Amino acid sequence: MTMKIAIGIRSSLKGLKQRLISRHRSEMYNKKEYAIKAILFVVTLTTIFTLSAVFFFIFSEALPAFDEIGVIEFITGPVWNPTSPTNPAYGILPLLCGTFLVSLGASVIAIPIGIGCTIYLAEIAHPKIRSLLKPAIEILAGIPSVVYGFFALVILSDWIYAIFHNTYRLNALNGAIMLAVMMIPIMVSLAEDAMNSVPKELREAAYALGATRWETLKGIIIPASLSGITAAIMLSIGRAVGETMTVLMACGNTPIITWDMLSSVETMTAAIAIEMGEINFGSLHYHALFAVGAVLFVITFAINFVADLVLSKFTEVYH
Amino acid sequence: MNRRTKEKTYFLFFRFCGAIVVLALLVLLTYIILGGIRSVNIDFITQFPKQGMSEGGILPAIVGTFYLCTIVLAFSVPVGVLSAIYLVEYEKNSTVKKIWRIVVHNLAGVPSIVYGLLGLGLFVMALDFGFSLIAAGLTVGLLVLPIIIAAAREAILAVPESVREASLALGATKWQTIRHHVLPYAMSGILTGIILSLSRAAGETAPILMTGAAYFMRSLPDSIFSQFMALPFHLYAMATQSSDLIATRPIQYGTALVLLMLVIGMNLIAILLRKKYRQKYRW
Repeated sequence: MTMKIAIGIRSSLKGLKQRLISRHRSEMYNKKEYAIKAILFVVTLTTIFTLSAVFFFIFSEALPAFDEIGVIEFITGPVWNPTSPTNPAYGILPLLCGTFLVSLGASVIAIPIGIGCTIYLAEIAHPKIRSLLKPAIEILAGIPSVVYGFFALVILSDWIYAIFHNTYRLNALNGAIMLAVMMIPIMVSLAEDAMNSVPKELREAAYALGATRWETLKGIIIPASLSGITAAIMLSIGRAVGETMTVLMACGNTPIITWDMLSSVETMTAAIAIEMGEINFGSLHYHALFAVGAVLFVITFAINFVADLVLSKFTEVYH
Repeated sequence: MNRRTKEKTYFLFFRFCGAIVVLALLVLLTYIILGGIRSVNIDFITQFPKQGMSEGGILPAIVGTFYLCTIVLAFSVPVGVLSAIYLVEYEKNSTVKKIWRIVVHNLAGVPSIVYGLLGLGLFVMALDFGFSLIAAGLTVGLLVLPIIIAAAREAILAVPESVREASLALGATKWQTIRHHVLPYAMSGILTGIILSLSRAAGETAPILMTGAAYFMRSLPDSIFSQFMALPFHLYAMATQSSDLIATRPIQYGTALVLLMLVIGMNLIAILLRKKYRQKYRW
């Protein structure tokens, strides 16, 4: 009897101890869990803070320029000549025009080739060829822009000269071709995702009705992934608009308003990169360059935002 | 036209497009490799520039790029990965998640030159770091941060919910689940993202051009507040501003080749890593 009681007491004591330990442990876990969550939260807040600094900083530094020059004059002014000692002019129309001309040229080359390549990769290529083509495209996407710029500067410009005997060695066409090569990998990888996410049933239904592969592609797969393809094209255009080193080294950097692809032009990005090195901090020119950056930021952000919207709005249809 | 011939014609065009892309890569690689192969040797990568940059090696540029990547690694990787973990695993508000996803996607598309402006105004001027390694490193770090967050987020999201549920059902706490189950599975994706963003950091030119890269330095940088040489800036400066553009062309090609090999090497590692882990984990 006493034996039983003793065992009973001992075992219940043991249970209590166990309970206490486990409670202690779970409290420790709770504290630790809580601390981890708090740390992660703080880090995330810092990230949000730093990234929003991008918005505010660019705009606050651009404000004095918009104030002094006037937003309308700044955007529609036909002369960009901020270094003139007597009559500096801050109109970014030539820069907008240069950016537009080069990006347009690049898009005209890149969109058909990029989409064609995507279709080949996603639908036609043999798996073995695909497993070679995909890394090739990824490597193309990873090459630094300064290397593309170097290639355009020393090699591509010679080839263009050999064909057109143009007056300007460095011109919009030179930059556009190089930008197209940079746009294609971005476009292909995004558009391929879109084509791959078309449900298999749709394709099988088309084959079952006797459609050829091309008819299935044209009638089913391309329409079904059109939003993804559109977004891919827009994102790659956004990338082209914001590209700096390639256009800086390839386009000759003369701020003039022209439609001639063989003329030397200057883009917004190139103007910032060239002129930032040789100005007085806090001067009107300094703020004007931030204003160019702000305009560039708004343009690329708008393109990306719309592309995101197109993508998220239409991908829901199949899921 | 017959249906079959029509199909053949179109498919021929698509094949042609694929071929053009491969051709572009081959042409680019061939020219840079053939142009640079004669300049690149042991001396070229272990010596300082000589004779006003017209001879000698590019050691300081290689070391500078390495330092820059180290700062980016130290700053962006912990911040980016921890933020991604918080946003995927802890943030309950779906609107916050959605807004955050849009912001990260869009910031990844902001031109690098805009980050350069930010770095110049914020780190160089306002925080008074001067033109320095730390200013350039933080600028490039900010630039790759959205890329790292996006990659880590995708990788963590790709781990199936059942893995988490199984771990929680066995009594593991949330952090234990993340630490021992989610992160190991997501690690390959996170690592791939990190390597790709480091290769991006090594090749970025516009932001460091405005925040601290130097055309020429007599010594290696001795603190994070000194200026530095970097491969991409060296290539840009030599190709557009050196005193004799034609005579220094071999050096330009050499730098381009070293930079290209560095970046392609990192990309290949990332590609191989992803391939290996894709085969290892399937669900």
